[in-house]
Amino acid sequence: MSAHEDFKLLTDGMKVPYFPGCTLKTTARNFEESALASARALGIEMVELPRWNCCGTVFSLSADDLIHHVASVRNLIRVQEMNKQGLVNENHRLVTLCSMCFNTLKRSNLRVKENAEDMKKINDLMYREEDYQGHVEVVHFIELIRDLGFGKVKRAVKKSLTELKVAPYYGCMILRPKEVSIDDPEAPTIMHEMLQALGTEVISTPYNKVCCGSYQTVQEKSTVVELAHEILTHAQKAGAEAMATTCPLCAFNLDNRQKEIVEKYPGFKKMPIFYITQLMAIAFDLDKKFYGFEQNFVDPKPLLKAKNLLKQ
Amino acid sequence: MEETKSPIMDRIAEANKSATTGIDSKDIKEWITIYIMGRGYKVPADLTVLTAMEYAGYKFVRSVGCRQGFCGACATVFRKKGDYKLQADMACQTRAEDGMYLVQIPFTPAEKASYDLTKEDYSPSVLIKYYPEVARCVSCNTCTKACPQDLEVMDYVQAALRGDFEALARDSFDCIQCGLCAMRCPAEIVQYHVGQLGRRLYGRNGLGAPKHLEKRVEEIQNGQFKKALDTVISCSDEELRKKYTAREIEPE
Amino acid sequence: MAKKMIISSENEEFVCKVSELSGEQVTLCEQCGTCSGGCPVVGEMDVTPSQMMKMAQLGLKDVLDVKTIWVCASCYTCTIRCPRGLDVSKVAEALRQIILRQAIDHIDIKAIPKEELEQLPQIAMVSACRKFTG
Repeated sequence: MSAHEDFKLLTDGMKVPYFPGCTLKTTARNFEESALASARALGIEMVELPRWNCCGTVFSLSADDLIHHVASVRNLIRVQEMNKQGLVNENHRLVTLCSMCFNTLKRSNLRVKENAEDMKKINDLMYREEDYQGHVEVVHFIELIRDLGFGKVKRAVKKSLTELKVAPYYGCMILRPKEVSIDDPEAPTIMHEMLQALGTEVISTPYNKVCCGSYQTVQEKSTVVELAHEILTHAQKAGAEAMATTCPLCAFNLDNRQKEIVEKYPGFKKMPIFYITQLMAIAFDLDKKFYGFEQNFVDPKPLLKAKNLLKQ
Repeated sequence: MEETKSPIMDRIAEANKSATTGIDSKDIKEWITIYIMGRGYKVPADLTVLTAMEYAGYKFVRSVGCRQGFCGACATVFRKKGDYKLQADMACQTRAEDGMYLVQIPFTPAEKASYDLTKEDYSPSVLIKYYPEVARCVSCNTCTKACPQDLEVMDYVQAALRGDFEALARDSFDCIQCGLCAMRCPAEIVQYHVGQLGRRLYGRNGLGAPKHLEKRVEEIQNGQFKKALDTVISCSDEELRKKYTAREIEPE
Repeated sequence: MAKKMIISSENEEFVCKVSELSGEQVTLCEQCGTCSGGCPVVGEMDVTPSQMMKMAQLGLKDVLDVKTIWVCASCYTCTIRCPRGLDVSKVAEALRQIILRQAIDHIDIKAIPKEELEQLPQIAMVSACRKFTG
């Protein structure tokens, strides 16, 4: 069934299998909470995968490596189980919020689907699990929203974010490589459209798809500081007052690392980094318990207050 | 079945039999052969691995403890005849089978992190702080397969990774710290240390003070048990003995 | 100054090893430099991605000593832009793996300061461990 046919049958309370990923349960709880609430406002219930495990964050690129795909495939088996247990109704499309989880799960899925021998080896290794049959599809949350139709998003907006100038930050994992990309890798528009539907003034910058430095943040912070500085200042020069992202690692590198950016570039003006779902929650005028601003490093409340978007 | 050709071992077995099986070797109907560190021994069937090894003449000074499956000392790694799967279990809880290849793992080398619970935040990052190798978990499930207590070890390591203290404490509760999981882990995680830190943090911060304990302490401080305790303390040896033998063992 | 190089069977073996491990035919690289041009972290590297490919093509084991492969952030920009369809990120990974599989870790996770570990989200720790430890 194609994605569009799926959504023709959309009714309120449609249940989708949902993979959170480790970080969304800790430092990015605000991402999950704002997303689940916004999804509910759009008639989608995101049902968490039972007994999920860490997907591994990065897709293993070695041709002979199988063990590092086990984690992903185990999660895909859980989607099968969810359907059998009736937690979702014949829905094998696994939705993720985290861009990195999306990339890893989707690529591992493709890897085993394209290679029957590897699929068998992985299934044999996990002999305590049922076999993965290869019917699960991995999608990113904003793909789901696009399929739903940004018109529906627009209709759900109660508080248009009109005065807010936001630059979408795509990062790498939802755009590259081509076989997993949710949009044109060189000229993506999906987040632009989402932000437009929320009413923001969308700011474009060519740096919106340049890598934030990813895992280099652990050992080579300076690399991340340089990249984040470039990304943020280019957005600011183009007029952005905030950025929106869908990846907790990008959020950490662009938000939390502003501390180190200021130390190296004292003239730098801090800028709030939102998860796109936080903007959705504000625009849908949901209860402020779903905003989670206390987990944002650069406090977005002053900016929102200045735009009359701060809920009291 | 391969017969052992060691008269010495036979004599040691003879000498040990009363300590292990308490029956005469001529009364043993079924014999099996087990291989201890590569060497074959003829032992009576239906013994545990622990008693079978003792029958064969091994005297345990390490790798033995409660003999009841509780202390985690007698961790054994073995393979069964004709089966490629590497298995692990407690020697005192596993039946010795014909053709079993076995070895003891009396100790798993592992450094336990030094921490002060009173100074730690109740935060998921504490587990990663002391055991960053948890981030190397590839969800291969080898630890779960190695666990003699049938715990879902991978699940509790994953719970540690995402900071779910309650699941971590619940799923690691019956861990006997035998170390078999850590020995086999390809990511070199020491699961039982992580579990222990998690349970300690959960007990201290997540569970809250046990109300019944607080109540009892209050009762004691209010002198509720003073009279009964004073009576016992003031008894002579003779009176104490009388009271002890006459105590109520089970209410009628 | 021109450098004289003798390509021996040892070099050929290394080319084969890298190609097999990465799944990419490194000899196809035509040295156009597009990967280097798009790489966001090229400024931190000692050899450019193109130079890394050249060294791999020649089977020069010196490529295992470069900083480049550890600076790579696996952003896949090179992957989508290579005009010959080569996945340069897989070549970088293969070179990392050759070292990591010898039980030579690139980072010592125990040496990360505890204050850092308290701040870093799991996504950062897990990905760093996957890329930099064996």
